[in-house]
Amino acid sequence: MKKLLLATTATALMAGAASAEDVKLGILLGFTGPLESTVPDMAKGAEFAVKEVNDSGKFTLGTVTTVNGDTTCVDAAAATAAAERLVTSDGVKAIVGGDCSGVTGAVLQNVARPNGIGMISPSATSPALSTAEDDGLFFRTAPSDARQGEIMADILSEKGIKSVAVTYTNNDYGKGLADSFGAAFAAKGGSVTISTPHEDGKADYSAEVASLAAAGGEMLIVAGYVDQGGKGVIQASLDSGAFSSFYLVDGMYGDSLIEAIGEPLNGSFGAVPGTDSPGAAAYEEAAKAAGFDGSNAFSKESYDAAALILLSMAAANSTNSKDWSAKVMDLANAPGEPILPGELGKALELIAAGTDIDYVGASAVELVGAGESAGAYREYEIKEGKIETVKFR
Amino acid sequence: MDILNALVAFLNFVFVPALAYGSQLALGALGVTLIYGILRFSNFAHGDTMAFGTMVTILVTWWMQSVGITFGVLPTALLALPFGIAATAAFALGTDRVIYRFYRKQKAAPVILVMVSLGVMFVMNGIVRLIIGVEDQNFADGGRFLISAGDFKEMTGLAEGLAIKGTQAVTVVTAIVVMGLLFWFLQKTRTGKSMRAFSDNEDLALLSGINPDRVVQITWIIAAALATIAGVLYGLDKSFKPFTYFQLLLPIFAAAIVGGLGSPIGAIAGGFVIAFSEVMVTYAWKKVVTYLVPESMAPDGLVQLMTTDYKFAVSFAILILVLIFMPTGLFKGKSV
Repeated sequence: MKKLLLATTATALMAGAASAEDVKLGILLGFTGPLESTVPDMAKGAEFAVKEVNDSGKFTLGTVTTVNGDTTCVDAAAATAAAERLVTSDGVKAIVGGDCSGVTGAVLQNVARPNGIGMISPSATSPALSTAEDDGLFFRTAPSDARQGEIMADILSEKGIKSVAVTYTNNDYGKGLADSFGAAFAAKGGSVTISTPHEDGKADYSAEVASLAAAGGEMLIVAGYVDQGGKGVIQASLDSGAFSSFYLVDGMYGDSLIEAIGEPLNGSFGAVPGTDSPGAAAYEEAAKAAGFDGSNAFSKESYDAAALILLSMAAANSTNSKDWSAKVMDLANAPGEPILPGELGKALELIAAGTDIDYVGASAVELVGAGESAGAYREYEIKEGKIETVKFR
Repeated sequence: MDILNALVAFLNFVFVPALAYGSQLALGALGVTLIYGILRFSNFAHGDTMAFGTMVTILVTWWMQSVGITFGVLPTALLALPFGIAATAAFALGTDRVIYRFYRKQKAAPVILVMVSLGVMFVMNGIVRLIIGVEDQNFADGGRFLISAGDFKEMTGLAEGLAIKGTQAVTVVTAIVVMGLLFWFLQKTRTGKSMRAFSDNEDLALLSGINPDRVVQITWIIAAALATIAGVLYGLDKSFKPFTYFQLLLPIFAAAIVGGLGSPIGAIAGGFVIAFSEVMVTYAWKKVVTYLVPESMAPDGLVQLMTTDYKFAVSFAILILVLIFMPTGLFKGKSV
């Protein structure tokens, strides 16, 4: 205990001494919990942007340092406590995070708004966050699932499909996606015959498939996870001859599905977040050189979130959240000089010279609505056991 | 024609899956009921005994597949089954020797034995997870379909397809054979008769010179065999995952209690009652009804009593109803 006290005091002293010319950036992600395998490459993405800004030597507000906080992805109380610590004891000026939608909403309402700290989430996709009260402090470089619902409705109606059955994994992600798709599809004149949840981790989905089959529809929309119930539902549908073609949402993207199901999956299609922008390739290469995997989910969005925060601070010439958060939308969108990963130094120069920039970044950032990514999606089709890209949307 | 379509839809989505599921439950319930009849306690470790037996069978199956032994159109797992049964029987006998025998000697109350079996359950649970992991394992091979939905439609020209998976056929046939053997054994052989005598009246059986240790051993071996067969069939038909086997405990006990604990016939009947009610109560009857009634009366809704989320609630509800109104079950087993 004594040692711990000593250590904490020492850290606090050191932190106090350093803070004079430091700009602290909180990285609030689920380092433990269901996303713990994805988060390391997200955090590295954010740190990579910070390093690039520091190395450029053109960030005039001070040296940027990062402080990590753990959201656990699922425990709102733990996430709130971690965020509270970042803001009050570490004194961060901005937060990259949170990761999962539920904890992000909790942190926004309980910590960010009361303390007036701006945050940019790289991976919270719940449509509910679009309408949450945020005092202009919350942005995300990830698209809302409402956007995916629209993309799905577009793809299906372009293919002339009028009625579908929907099954979703029984959680916020699945339900939110199924609802937003239902609304978007109805607006396009399509009809959803049944929208029913499935539980992950069961051995047998024949009962679920039986009700889906009874309701009918031209094809089945599977809004689940590729290694979980989604696969089971597809297998059971094929076995009983209930459905023969499937629409696969982003959670259902993966080679393991093709391996498990095989030939009957040919002709099914779907869409995943993705872009053919040169920024994505450049980022992945740079990440590889830096020793981490930039193609991992939401790593690009994390880099962009951190970069956007720092560029906004430079543009506002202030680390105060109220000032820099007002600049985010300007920087992220056209018009202006496009900025790709690796060009943060150039961006800082342009900002200092008063030139307008359009931050494109690794994930082709384009913020719409209440400050969320417009979302580029890659439509694909499964042909002869291979995933083939149809086009980008 | 429409009646035919309705019938085929019913067979495809209700009857065939429920028949296979019911056979798997019945085999599981038979094991539970045997232990209850002869050793006089509810063996909570039965679900995990199934998982253990299936795990051994899967490991042997993988080994056989790797050296190129297959069983033609039938799943290789059937060849590996005897190894699974042997290992599980050895494990069950060992558990009895180390754990249950101690409590039997003390003449411990049944509820204590139930708690002991709970402990055994957790240990087996852990062992299975340690050895094979917690993920899904697929080990089915051989012919996938007896009839596939597409072929059936082509053959008959009906709008509805009927799919019968190879594993479903194997399940039902194996279940019938195993049940037949078990009844023959209990009714006709000397050992079987002594087991029934021991179950009916322990003191009288002891007086007439029946060796209790032998009866107990045979019971464990048979229960282990039934558990392994039930587990392997379930795993072949669906997929193997330790957690789902643990969850199977509920419908299996519901089946055994509905049929009457201690009654083998009851266990089989109970298995099918539970399986058919689970599937039929949660099935959306829209398709079948639409085929049967005139077009103007076709339903808009799904005609579904409960969503499939409530599958387990159906087993629970039947269990409670039976316990309230016929505590000894359909076939006059022992009251719980």
